[in-house]
Amino acid sequence: MSSSQLFGISTLTYILAMIIYIMYLAFRSSKIGTTATTITIIGFVSQTIAIITRWTESYSQWTMLTPESTFILSVLRSAPLRNLFESLIFFVWCLILGYLIIEFKYKNRSFGAFVTPIAGLALAFIDISAMSKEIEPLVPALQSNWLLAHVMMSFIAYATFALSFSTGLMYLILKAEKRTEPSYIFWTVTTGVFIVVLTAMGFDYLKYRVVIKNPDILIKSFLFKASFLSESSVISIISWLAASVFIFVVWRYGHILKRIIGSLSISPDMLDEITYKSIAIGFPIFTLGGLIFGAIWADQAWGVYWSWDPKETWSLITWFVYAFFLHSRLLRGWKGRKVAIVAVLGFVAVIFTYLGVNLLLSGLHSYGGLE
Amino acid sequence: MEETKKQTILDKVWDFFTSVTLAVVLFALIAGTSMVGTILEQNAEPEKNINILVKIFRIGHETAHSVYSILEKLGFMDMYSSWWFTTLLFLFAANLIICSIDRLPRILKLIKEPVKPLTDEQFNNIGKKGLLLKGKPEKVKDSVGAVVKRSGFNFSETKEARGYQLHSEKGNYTRLGIFVAHFSILLILIGAIIGIFFGFKGYVEVPEGESRTFAFKRTAPLTSTEETDMQPILKTLQKTEGNASETAKHMGIDEKILRKKMNRYGILPLGFSIRCDDFSVEFYGRSNMPKDYKSWLTVIKGGKSVPGFERQKIEVNDPLIYDGITFYQSNYGLVPGAQGLFLLKLTSKTGVSETKQLHLGDRFVIPETGMEATLADFSPALSFKPGGTPFTSDKQMTNPAVLIEFSGIGQTKYSGWIMKRYPETWTLPDGSTIEPMDIWGVELTGLQVRKDPGVWLVYFGCISMSIGLFIAFFMSHKKLWVKLVEEKNNTRVIFALTANKNRPGFERKIDKMIALLGRPDTKPVVTGKSGGGKR
Ligand code: HEM
Repeated sequence: MSSSQLFGISTLTYILAMIIYIMYLAFRSSKIGTTATTITIIGFVSQTIAIITRWTESYSQWTMLTPESTFILSVLRSAPLRNLFESLIFFVWCLILGYLIIEFKYKNRSFGAFVTPIAGLALAFIDISAMSKEIEPLVPALQSNWLLAHVMMSFIAYATFALSFSTGLMYLILKAEKRTEPSYIFWTVTTGVFIVVLTAMGFDYLKYRVVIKNPDILIKSFLFKASFLSESSVISIISWLAASVFIFVVWRYGHILKRIIGSLSISPDMLDEITYKSIAIGFPIFTLGGLIFGAIWADQAWGVYWSWDPKETWSLITWFVYAFFLHSRLLRGWKGRKVAIVAVLGFVAVIFTYLGVNLLLSGLHSYGGLE
Repeated sequence: MEETKKQTILDKVWDFFTSVTLAVVLFALIAGTSMVGTILEQNAEPEKNINILVKIFRIGHETAHSVYSILEKLGFMDMYSSWWFTTLLFLFAANLIICSIDRLPRILKLIKEPVKPLTDEQFNNIGKKGLLLKGKPEKVKDSVGAVVKRSGFNFSETKEARGYQLHSEKGNYTRLGIFVAHFSILLILIGAIIGIFFGFKGYVEVPEGESRTFAFKRTAPLTSTEETDMQPILKTLQKTEGNASETAKHMGIDEKILRKKMNRYGILPLGFSIRCDDFSVEFYGRSNMPKDYKSWLTVIKGGKSVPGFERQKIEVNDPLIYDGITFYQSNYGLVPGAQGLFLLKLTSKTGVSETKQLHLGDRFVIPETGMEATLADFSPALSFKPGGTPFTSDKQMTNPAVLIEFSGIGQTKYSGWIMKRYPETWTLPDGSTIEPMDIWGVELTGLQVRKDPGVWLVYFGCISMSIGLFIAFFMSHKKLWVKLVEEKNNTRVIFALTANKNRPGFERKIDKMIALLGRPDTKPVVTGKSGGGKR
């Protein structure tokens, strides 16, 4: 089987797992839970095989184009971390691995319903944006071990941040009491927007199904064009209304979700602990891999270790948000909910660093464009 | 009176800078303002940012113009070097320094203070585990001590009423980890400042075979008078190997004035000469996507090439450093109107071959055939229009080709393009071949030139920050107390522990120790909770 077929299988499996985890939340049957875990593991195994297959495919391409390259160099240069598509796949892989570790360590499945949607969103994004899945030759600036280490460690850190996002959000759901409370409003709106964006992107995909060559075109001509930014003002108004109503419904009936999570054997303290621990692992990795290795690579390739280009600046912003998180725990009266909000915002910054900069802002980084 | 008042103001300032609250506020401010700086394009032409404002706020061009001028006055168009952003960074540094100084004595005390035996009350307040061992405390002590020691804890012991207490700690220096991490941020900032004040960033293009003694940094656009004024300076700099004072002498002007002018024109004198001996670019297959490009550079000082810096190869991700100045392969292109030197390998049908160095317009003879030929034309990127007319399709040397015209005696005149990328074009009708080996002198290499005396401090700070963070997050200060209490000729061994990080991991280690000593008690010694985690 080719790697793209295997990736297709793992995508379908993860989306199935997401549905079953959500069913598990609703019905709490241990049979459903075991099924969800099994399916996730199947998805993980097929994704692992897919990544290895992809690696061998790009290895043979690399050695064909660069016969003089040594074995180790060829293996490194063909590592599947070479473009946006491959890095998203790697991110999902790390995320699922981290999730499975937590599921086994804490013997609790209810996180699944909160982690698998992130994986689903990432994979759906790959198909919606129809980014290039081709194995392309590397331009000289990208032929660097620093870059390889930088990308790999960044995505490991992003996966830990995604986990802390899920547990932080769950913590907020469990802890927020009144509908007028800021933390309640925050989690309902965040969750609402998350689902709305996912759905709108789904509509775009259903309507256009085109291969978009370039992020500019994606933004200008396709993104949300099937809903919010539709040519037809009727559709546009209906979309905005539907989104507002949906977010209102999440806000109005959010306590149901709270009751469901509350009835699972999961304590806010445990969620807080997992949030902190994920960030405590992710932060040093992000510092070294994301910021320092990135700076060293830029220094080697461009002759400047820091140039305040949007991608760099957004990594720094993300870093500061997580530094904010780590220090806000030291402040009096900042335990719990406020800190969890910072953890959730941190991941929003991650998403922006990763996708927003490529899609919305242009930069010196040629790496990671949708092309 | 005066004295105490001063004291309190100083105290207040000090307190202000020791607070983590300030740190958190600064994190938020720096992150928030940086976001603005990524939306507005920094150091761009006004039109660009006005358009961005129009797009974001959906306002008219007029309004956008006024918003722009306000933002411009506030420094948002070159935000990261604006006074208020610099102030934020400065406050941030002050916060870090003062907070660290303030906390260091307490941290050192925690590190230096030897672990003391616990009182019974303290013992009861921390979580503990235990077991009962046969024999009197004096006897049991040795085996317990051996196990504790094997886990890496050096202990001291205290005699108590009904037995002994062993007390020990490990990893007390890991408390310095976060101090090191914070301090490293300062090192990085200092390194960056040194780079800004004593370094430069520039760019220079060197054609194959030529040399340069200066680079250019970015400046505001020059007027045409300034352009004209600049030329003699560049010429003299070429003669003096980029020596500013020599240049001033040669030109008969004051050195200070010269330096001012150079600063305005963005001229960065190198103090030596850098020559591009050769440049080469390879593409993936027959595509126009570069696979690798490299230059061979020679450093020349005092008219002679410097040993060890002759024909040094540089490529992307692999620069050359000389005298604190780094040359990065960053770009390449064609020299406008360059003539070039062509290296052709001529092989006759019978295999006799000969290599020729030729200029455009030169005549040569194909060996053995006596056929005469002229190197008539050259194109760096030859393509053919649908009708078959050749044209140059690219500003890079993606498909170099030479036009050869033959004029053999008694033969019809024949001419054809020979393309480096397509070996099938090398063979002539009579079976002999012309292989284009190299074309030299038509390409130029674009070099990023940087001097940054602070970079090593930045790297050092990065390394120590990583080490500090890894210590802070993955290592901990552990304390262990073991109480040996006589109980009817047997000994009850009780373990108590604290750790400032990862307490569960430490507890598992203690469980292992207990397992080594014997079966753990079925009955817990005290039904206390595992409290007292962080100390
Ligand atoms: C971007 C800059 C900074 C980074 C990356 C950073 C990083 C850290 C980290 C990772 C920790 C450990 C947190 C934990 O264990 O959960 C920490 C603790 C701390 N930081 Fe920072 N920090 C920064 C700036 C500052 C500043 C400006 C202050 C000034 C007040 C500060 C004061 C503290 C204090 C007081 C602690 C607690 C130390 C302890 O537990 O002994 N930090 N910092």
